[in-house]
Amino acid sequence: MVVLLGAATLLAASLLVIILGYIVVRGLPALDLAFFTERQRPFGVAGGGIAPALMGTLIIGLVAGAFAVPIGIAAAIFVVEYRSGRWASAVRFAAELVAGLPSIVVGVFVWAFLVRGAIGHYAGIAGSVALAVIMVPIVGRTAEEVLRLVPNSLREAALALGAPRWRVILRVVLPTARTGLATAVVLALARAAGETAPLLLTALGNIFFSTDLLKPMAALPLQIYQYAVSPYDDWHTKAWGASLVLVAVIAVVSFALRLAVRRGAAS
Amino acid sequence: MIGVQERTPVAARTQVEPKREEAASEPAVRVERLSAYYGGTQAVGDVSLELSSRAVTAIIGPSGCGKSTLLRCLNRMHELTPGARVSGQVFLGHEDIYWTGVDPVEVRGRVGMVFQKPNPFPMMSVYDNVAAGPRLRGWSLSRADMDELVERNLRRAALWDEVKDKLRRSGAALSGGQQQRLCIARALATDPSIVLMDEPCSALDPIATYRIEELVAELAAEVTMVIVTHNMQQASRVSTRTAFMLAGDDGVGRLVEYGRTDELFTTPGDPRTEAYITGRFG
Repeated sequence: MVVLLGAATLLAASLLVIILGYIVVRGLPALDLAFFTERQRPFGVAGGGIAPALMGTLIIGLVAGAFAVPIGIAAAIFVVEYRSGRWASAVRFAAELVAGLPSIVVGVFVWAFLVRGAIGHYAGIAGSVALAVIMVPIVGRTAEEVLRLVPNSLREAALALGAPRWRVILRVVLPTARTGLATAVVLALARAAGETAPLLLTALGNIFFSTDLLKPMAALPLQIYQYAVSPYDDWHTKAWGASLVLVAVIAVVSFALRLAVRRGAAS
Repeated sequence: MIGVQERTPVAARTQVEPKREEAASEPAVRVERLSAYYGGTQAVGDVSLELSSRAVTAIIGPSGCGKSTLLRCLNRMHELTPGARVSGQVFLGHEDIYWTGVDPVEVRGRVGMVFQKPNPFPMMSVYDNVAAGPRLRGWSLSRADMDELVERNLRRAALWDEVKDKLRRSGAALSGGQQQRLCIARALATDPSIVLMDEPCSALDPIATYRIEELVAELAAEVTMVIVTHNMQQASRVSTRTAFMLAGDDGVGRLVEYGRTDELFTTPGDPRTEAYITGRFG
């Protein structure tokens, strides 16, 4: 029994190593300066890279975060600090349902309302909205757990000083929970950054540089898809390279945010 | 039922200077028929008592007698527990803090509180912990005024000399006793006229306890102090008056006896008080 459990654990742990290792081995040859600075070139033309996709992922992700983080954290504050009873269970249940929605369904929904509806064509902002829908329940649920970990004795201490509830939340509860809240944001961003299906139906992708949120926009997962479905070996290598960059971007953002939070806590 | 016997003031004058005795004639807090509930459960039943100003009043009694709940009714903290409610009146001076128009946030600004477990804000420095009250209440003070306020209150809490070189360090890095004195400085910083202490020494070692008790005695010259404790020696050491509470068979905590501490401990008027202070239960 112990041997079986051990073997399963080893397999689980080695999966990460295998996947990461394979991505590095296959992707590394694609990485050169041009890969990061150039857009996709027609096959046969030397060079070509993922610059528009890298930029597009950052823009779409940041805008999605700007929508999702305030909504998710506000909802968490509401259920933890103001209504912990039946309301909290209802909101949590709703968040779980949204979190359980297949991301392509979210994409179809945003496609119907924004791409076919309000905007009328594929647009980066539609991609941000789709990713925001995916991020809100992740931010909200994680933030809720984090806020519940803030000891009640700190809220009481602040309230006993004659502080109104909103100031207690802004100046005591949120600062105490900031490391956890940053983790919530990173988790949601990391998950959203890799989403492909909703972006296919919303941001569409773009082989040119474009920072206009109302126009189709490139994104790393779309670029990976683009390169990977081609019949060319060179493009396959570029798909691996783009995968490596995507994983690295998520890792760097997570690490940087944690470092910043920790430094903030130390000062 | 309430054994409050106003004995001859002659004995009082031997201990307290006349001026303070005069001030004590005007009670700082008057509790009238106060009952407190958690949902359908009654925790405190029909308590009436007057707390003299600039003196230390101890509330003693065994666990579950409602002493902490009573204390939390004096600054409207009790009602923060979901389902909790209060009936009766609590007068600070001439104002009933349970009157409809009274803002509980404003009441808590005038009545400070120190808790059982030291609870400095862990992400704030020593300095910021003391400055927290003024900031949380939205006072705008100049840098120099805030520095002065922080130093003055750390001195009042007998902590200044120990922390003056580490004002920027985390409040959580101090020892338990220092943390509790930091919490006292924090509570004093908004200049409350009354400070409530809920078993402030139960998490501390004897030396730290001694320092807090010393501090309580000093602060009583300027602030009305109410201290809940299950430690009878502590009550007899720090307080001028003591209230003894006991839960009845119905689980409701009631005031059994209230009077001068020296008299309550030497000649208790109620057999239940005597049984408690001689250690026969509780």
